[in-house]
Amino acid sequence: MSKNNTDYHVAGDQEVLYKKVGTRRLFSNPDADEAREHFKSKSRRMVDKTTTVKDAVANLVNDGDYFAAGGFGSNRIPAAVLHEMVRQKKKNLGFAGHTSTHDMQILVAGNCINRCDAAYVVGLEARGLSKNARKSFENGEIEATEWSNATLAWRYKAAAMGLSFLPARSTLGTDTAKYSAGVEMPCPFTGKPYIAVPALYPDVAAIHVHRSDIYGNCQIKGISVSDLDLARAAKKLIITTEQIIQNDEIRREPHLTVIPYYEVDAVIEVPYGAYPSNMAYEYFTDEDHLMEWLNVEKDEQALKEFLDKNIYNCKDHWDYLEVNGGLEKINQLRIQENLCDKV
Amino acid sequence: MSNYNGMELMICLASRYLENDGSVVVGTGAPCAAAMLAQRTRAPKLMVMFEAGGIGPILPSMPISVGDSRTYYKGLLTTSMPEIMETCQRGMVDYTFLGGAQIDMYGNINSTIIGDYDRPKVRFPGSGGANDLASLCWRTMMITPQDKNRFTNDIDFITSPGFLTGKGAREAAGLPPGGGPYKIITNLAVMGFDEETCRMRVEMIHPGITRDQIIENTGFELLWAPEVLESEPPSDEELEILRTEVDPRRLIIGRG
Repeated sequence: MSKNNTDYHVAGDQEVLYKKVGTRRLFSNPDADEAREHFKSKSRRMVDKTTTVKDAVANLVNDGDYFAAGGFGSNRIPAAVLHEMVRQKKKNLGFAGHTSTHDMQILVAGNCINRCDAAYVVGLEARGLSKNARKSFENGEIEATEWSNATLAWRYKAAAMGLSFLPARSTLGTDTAKYSAGVEMPCPFTGKPYIAVPALYPDVAAIHVHRSDIYGNCQIKGISVSDLDLARAAKKLIITTEQIIQNDEIRREPHLTVIPYYEVDAVIEVPYGAYPSNMAYEYFTDEDHLMEWLNVEKDEQALKEFLDKNIYNCKDHWDYLEVNGGLEKINQLRIQENLCDKV
Repeated sequence: MSNYNGMELMICLASRYLENDGSVVVGTGAPCAAAMLAQRTRAPKLMVMFEAGGIGPILPSMPISVGDSRTYYKGLLTTSMPEIMETCQRGMVDYTFLGGAQIDMYGNINSTIIGDYDRPKVRFPGSGGANDLASLCWRTMMITPQDKNRFTNDIDFITSPGFLTGKGAREAAGLPPGGGPYKIITNLAVMGFDEETCRMRVEMIHPGITRDQIIENTGFELLWAPEVLESEPPSDEELEILRTEVDPRRLIIGRG
């Protein structure tokens, strides 16, 4: 039979077998209709959403919420929001451990998390492992469910699509699937096995961007990681931005907008707001500071003093920057970022 | 005495498997060094991708994060993690490199925990993108030191799939057909996988290393290729480029 005349549709009346391969707890409700009810009531008004980090965290992050951070661990993380969550002693949060490195290290330092969808946790990539973050998993303080980076990213994507799950082809046959909350199911067209991963609708997310207007129309330069899906999946969204720009500028180049205002609940201008992480085309990671953080975790007293100095005794991100060298340090990091073939 | 160290040898051997018109998703460290060396020697058109969204960079120096701005320096596209992973799922990525704390004779890798899952002795980062890359890229490679604790069939957790339990097991589990572990490059040898049994098989032995040394440093029974070759040492050109362009600060090759 020529390809032209083939009917590839193989689904019939056969019984579909679902296999609960994942044995761990699902920390958030994947139901798309429950999410629609929430999004039905979310404001579409294009109003000034500028506020302070302090107020945004106080008003939008509740104890027990499921929280997700944008960026990639040591790149474009919403550091000012994370520090404020620690200062306000947010407790019992669920956390999306999606490529989380320094972002998670901050929240663990504040004992903010008690459950975690773990795709990448406790490490800072080539820099080494966070002793403090490791300990919190090893002694059971944080309950974990395993995922891979792609399956967790696709959980955001399912939510961004307004669905309750997506099928995926990775993790099948491994302990990563066994310790997930995924379900094996056959493709209705080909009959081949997939793992169904449940949509993840976080209660609240924070994303740091390059530019936003006062309404929350956002531009990001460089890689977007999973932030475009996360912005749409999250029920509430806090945006910190290097710079607030005029709405006219957004409208002049709408192809640069990656997050529209109606997803956003709060906008705060926080220059250098990703510090000490890398902000594409702006400033590089403060590697010395990250190494210092990893090192002080080896000694409880040293860690306590370090956290006092860098978080608890700082009133905001400006204080934190000042403690670590201020604009002079930022200037060095800008040189590292933008003249990287010369330094 | 050789004029190169074990890390330099491993990076050079790994780089030679990367083809000019191929695509590879790499992480930081030795795999990235191998890709950079390949780009500067036999595979200038090698398409390098990073899981956080960087595509086609001309790497100026070693990235420290797979999402830092080096990973798309002078790149072709800055995109998203879903797009990279979906490109792998579509079957467009030839090679990837993984790391891990344990590997068994079928090339299954553990990077999640040592001990019991609920109260692990050691918690490692977990899959990250490793499981997805091992599931979805065509050929998985590993650059790793070889010792009895690391090369063991008593693997505590299968984070990323090798050949699982043997021939046909990946496909039976639902993974896309045709993928799997390809080469394991260690400080002692290069190992591939026997086609029939899908078990790890020694294919090359490094200069100055004996079969006994390899056996002593492996916790399971290895197979041996009918003709075991001696690994070709790094050329002067490879060493020069590796030391002056790829890793002038000796961040990776300094680890010996």
